[in-house]
Amino acid sequence: MTPGGGSGPMKDCEYSQISTHSSSSPMESPHKKKKSVPKRKWEVFPGRNKFFCNGRIMMARQTGVFYLTLVLILVTSGLFFAFDCPYLSEKITPAIPAIGGILFFFVMGTLLRTSFSDPGVLPRATPDEAADLERQIDIANGSSSGGYRPPPRTKEVIINGQTVKLKYCFTCKIFRPPRASHCSLCDNCVERFDHHCPWVGNCVGKRNYRFFYMFILSLSFLTVFIFAFVITHVILRSQQTGFLNALKDSPASVLEAVVCFFSVWSIVGLSGFHTYLISSNQTTNEDIKGSWSNKRGKENYNPYSYGNIFTNCCAALCGPLSPSLIDRRGFIQPDTPQLAGPSNGITMYGATQSQSNMAAATPLLQSEPSINSEELPLPGKTSISGPCATLTLGQPTPPSSMPNLTSDSGLTDIIPLKEEHEGHQFLTPEEAPSPPGMLPSGSPITHSHTMHVLSLASQDSLHEDSVRGLVKLSSV
Amino acid sequence: SPQVHSLQELRRSASLATKVFVQRDYSDGTTCQFQTKFPPELESRIERQLFEETVKTLNGFYAEAEKIGGSSYLEGCLACATAYFIFLCMETHYEKVLKKISKYIQDQNEKIYAPRGLLLTDPLERGMRVIEISIYEDRCSSGSSSSGSSSSSSGGGGGGAGGR
Repeated sequence: MTPGGGSGPMKDCEYSQISTHSSSSPMESPHKKKKSVPKRKWEVFPGRNKFFCNGRIMMARQTGVFYLTLVLILVTSGLFFAFDCPYLSEKITPAIPAIGGILFFFVMGTLLRTSFSDPGVLPRATPDEAADLERQIDIANGSSSGGYRPPPRTKEVIINGQTVKLKYCFTCKIFRPPRASHCSLCDNCVERFDHHCPWVGNCVGKRNYRFFYMFILSLSFLTVFIFAFVITHVILRSQQTGFLNALKDSPASVLEAVVCFFSVWSIVGLSGFHTYLISSNQTTNEDIKGSWSNKRGKENYNPYSYGNIFTNCCAALCGPLSPSLIDRRGFIQPDTPQLAGPSNGITMYGATQSQSNMAAATPLLQSEPSINSEELPLPGKTSISGPCATLTLGQPTPPSSMPNLTSDSGLTDIIPLKEEHEGHQFLTPEEAPSPPGMLPSGSPITHSHTMHVLSLASQDSLHEDSVRGLVKLSSV
Repeated sequence: SPQVHSLQELRRSASLATKVFVQRDYSDGTTCQFQTKFPPELESRIERQLFEETVKTLNGFYAEAEKIGGSSYLEGCLACATAYFIFLCMETHYEKVLKKISKYIQDQNEKIYAPRGLLLTDPLERGMRVIEISIYEDRCSSGSSSSGSSSSSSGGGGGGAGGR
């Protein structure tokens, strides 16, 4: 089970700095440690992830659909190699099982790599860094007298001439870097967040996007390949013994053909969609939100694009592979030197404090400000209709059966993300119900904001369930 | 001579006074670059050029690591041809540069920063978001703050989220 995340984290350990980290515990010699086995960082990882093989493998919490993907690929290919390949290699050429084998190997390799590796999770801020940010926000806000006014939690940066808003993440306590987004299912900020894909049981982000793309690309080749040769097999047999006898002789071929027929449309459509995204250097997230679409204004353009399709593709698929930032196999340092926050003039006033605590307790909160504050729901629908239309066109909507499941794969892949956007709509600060009588001294803005947090806290469990429900719904 | 420290001595005898964070510079996109603006907190501790040179060198390293060109394409294509299994036994160019950076920071700490009561933290340990610079003070000069800095209760709100 090691092929997935094996190499990265093991090497990461070697980076651990001597200079700064061990600086914390000069007095503490090894024999003083009470625990014989020091804990690794993945064991206390704050996000909602699953770890296997002592932290080498990292996945989302819910992996049910991933196993379904695995079973579908394994069963279909297994049947193909067991029942069709012997006949085909004898009658046509032995190259068929060889090519099929290579494709299958590639599909499995990239699938496991996508599912088991770190998608590019940004570690949460250390308390000191968070306190420093709070201080900077206060300064920028210039609120010395107001006290309870919640600061605007965005920062604007200019990237290649385009103004981009960085939003503050209340869970991770950072300003999200450009293109990063918080995955509410995994409760992590992910760099160059593309989408959360239940089919691979992981987020798709900066570090595993190329694996994901190669997976769907090779899977579409494999599906077309198997489909074509299963049909060939059936035709050859029916020329000898008649169509019905051919079906009777190789019932496995019928099953494969059905699975392939229903899955090929969505997989090919999805790989086409992602080819388009790669060539324009966009993420699914940005495309759905319409971040760089012309509808937002003529001056709107994608600041990350290199300008030509070829460079965009090369950069996305063959660019340097960035390292994992969470060092999940590293050992936890006993105690790093921390500043005594309040005593050092770092003010964390009430509203902010409660906010951040709340945010920590309500993991779904953070994804919402990022989406609602400026994102319009409309462009998402228009853009998503692109791939959907191509998919649904060739899809003859069969009754709910196993093959139907695969045929929907491409669509549901994107759905959880989109639904989060819509699901959060009613939670904007402005619309959130604000019970009267609390915090009378606060300005109206504070009021609604704090209430927003409070009401979210109660809604969170409900909302979490609904998101979970939607994901389940989309997968069944 | 209360200001002179070696790296070990710094950890043992001095107490952490404050931390300065150098933020990322996103003007050229998402490649890893840090702002070269000189933090005013370091005014009395280190010469402006020394600090700027350190940041510029670091930026140079990151630019080298993330450079898109022939060698990175070659590495990417080679890895792709092996279905990315080659990464199980091969170190990427990026990882090699990160080791260089880690060595460089350690070196800079020993030669330049520790004698001035400062310590740089490798940005990799802070999610490549910031260069963290810890400013130390002598324990004798500020006796009251030594007890404060060792207490771990400081950032309870932030750190507590991890143990959930």
